[in-house]
Amino acid sequence: MPKSPHVPGDAQADWRRAYDTTGPADDRVENRSGIEIKPLYTPDDWDSERYADDLGFPGQAPWTRGIYPSMHRGRPWSQRQLIGLATPEEYNARMRKIVASGATALSVIPCNSVYRGYDMDEVDPVLLGTCGTTINTVDDMDTCLKGVPIDATSIALNDPSPFTLLAFLLAVARRRGISWDQVTGTSNQSDFISHFVANHMFFRLALDGARRVFVDHVAFANDRVPRWNPVSVVGQHMQQAGATPAEAMAFTLSTAVQFADDCIERGLEPDGFLPRFTFFFDISISFFEEIAKFRAGRRIWARIAKERLGAKDERSYRFKFHAQTSGLDLTRQQPLNNIARVSAQAIAGIMGGLQSMHTDAYDEVLSTPTEEAAKIAVQTQNILRDEAHLADVIDPLAGSYYVETLTNQMEERILEVMATVEDAGGMFEAVRKGIVQQMIGESATAFQEKVDDGTQTVVGVNNFADDSEIPVRALERPPADVMQRHIDNLKKFKAERPQAEVAKALDELARAAADEKLNIFEKIVDAVEAGATNGEVCGKLRDELGFGHPLIAA
Amino acid sequence: MNDTQPLDESRAADGAANLGRPARVMVTKIGLDGHDRGSRLVAGFLRDAGMEVIYTAPWQKIETVVRQALEEDVDAIGVSSLATDHLLVPQLMTALGEAGLEDVIVVVGGIVPDADVAELKAVGVAEVFHPGSSRDDIVGTMTALIAARRAAA
Repeated sequence: MPKSPHVPGDAQADWRRAYDTTGPADDRVENRSGIEIKPLYTPDDWDSERYADDLGFPGQAPWTRGIYPSMHRGRPWSQRQLIGLATPEEYNARMRKIVASGATALSVIPCNSVYRGYDMDEVDPVLLGTCGTTINTVDDMDTCLKGVPIDATSIALNDPSPFTLLAFLLAVARRRGISWDQVTGTSNQSDFISHFVANHMFFRLALDGARRVFVDHVAFANDRVPRWNPVSVVGQHMQQAGATPAEAMAFTLSTAVQFADDCIERGLEPDGFLPRFTFFFDISISFFEEIAKFRAGRRIWARIAKERLGAKDERSYRFKFHAQTSGLDLTRQQPLNNIARVSAQAIAGIMGGLQSMHTDAYDEVLSTPTEEAAKIAVQTQNILRDEAHLADVIDPLAGSYYVETLTNQMEERILEVMATVEDAGGMFEAVRKGIVQQMIGESATAFQEKVDDGTQTVVGVNNFADDSEIPVRALERPPADVMQRHIDNLKKFKAERPQAEVAKALDELARAAADEKLNIFEKIVDAVEAGATNGEVCGKLRDELGFGHPLIAA
Repeated sequence: MNDTQPLDESRAADGAANLGRPARVMVTKIGLDGHDRGSRLVAGFLRDAGMEVIYTAPWQKIETVVRQALEEDVDAIGVSSLATDHLLVPQLMTALGEAGLEDVIVVVGGIVPDADVAELKAVGVAEVFHPGSSRDDIVGTMTALIAARRAAA
């Protein structure tokens, strides 16, 4: 018998009989988070009586429907495409075009050597500049941002701990006479926990040291660079590494709680730092599951900020997030199919209420994206916004029996995973013990098995495959002479700087690392202003705080 | 179930049974990148298929890989690369040759632009596994390669 008075019992019984006679025999369907998906949802599953409790209004508790009253209708999501270009000169040329065309936000993606904390003269030259810009010094950052009004441009730095790129940016601002309270943007890769677990390339310092530098950097930014967002909690790495959407959301929220607890422990006020927290997620092609993931996450975070962290300012409750369409769902086979996949992922992100989005180029699984493919990725967003009119209505799937039921079920599943982390002593302990890594590994294996046995179709790979040729792509590499000139510049920079000052600043950095009363990040800014390089700062801190080894149990 | 690509039973996972003594495979990453979902998954597949897997952290130096290959007496080395680290593989091949390990099988898995595959094969890489390779593909190919190496020894 139906629970809801709105469901006519006879009709429901008739439908069930007809479905059982004609529907598929083996009927169990599960989403990636392991939640069973029924063939039909009705007011028996969710009904508008729950409207006030579950939904409310955009910009109000319980925050399910969005963090701002006007959401995309008032301010469409921003498009933040990542661009990797080999040298600061090339990066600058591209950026000036983008700024000239009216962009007010840009991203800096450094080369893998920079991510690892090495200068150009410390790594095999064959690896330089193939994925991002080689920024080793304050001069390099100055070149990247030549002609860019840094007091009027939001700058997203892919800048893992110890945040040398932000130090370079602040040094450039000072050079140009721009006050630090005019500098805006985000430390996109501040989440060292996600790096320890799932993106080891960014993991430079040992766990305890990274933890301290993180809080120093938040404290410094809150105090001295008040419009900077020092925290981006990254669920993307975890989901890319294999976490289910519910696990990825749970681990991200548990990480955010850990960061907030650490900041409070340092004596920072929740309403001071929480409005500067941002989040970064993966959007897989599991369409409704992703939408429900974002809606549930938004609701949980607001509750945590208020009830657990004691924040009173509503800006602290806002779950601001950037999301990127998942490269894992893309295939080499029949690569143009990826355009359809990215569209579906992007729609899910938009319906989930994101603030900023990167859509993948269809060919990124073949090589570094071509300009044409990168353009299609951007135009996909424009088509969805302006032709499909996806920004016109706020949270348009609200009230769907399925979406609301699934949002509640995802919330439950996310809270279960968060409880596991809590039982382990919080996120920091859970990752130190390898509990999170093990869960992610198991989920990765389980998903691969579903692909291998065909339970999960991948079009063109395990089903609907053909023998069409996969396009041959070459890796784009910077011309050797361009790269060599850049390496020569670094040598010249190192030869001409005031050596005694650099040595003294690096000693000061070591002293701060040994003395918890000092702020390490402040000393990093001093060091790069004196002329220390990314490699030297990271090297010194590795000596003092330990090299960032991930857990390697496979 | 899908029926367009039936599993090839002859290549199914049973590394140990086909080879007598278990195959020994090092799964590693060289260079700068640290994405290790692929290498962990593959290490798991190979181990489940009865092979002995020597799994390393990312960022191994080439000389370390060569030394470990020697000490661990491996049949094969699998190098996982997501972000251009495959460009170092030719140097690895040279170093293995200099250490007298030219008969160790080297395979590469991950994002390798097709134009670079020929170059890797030319320096002696036995196979390049792209994204979308299945477990049975990888285990089957490794088993066959290792069986051939042992038959030749």
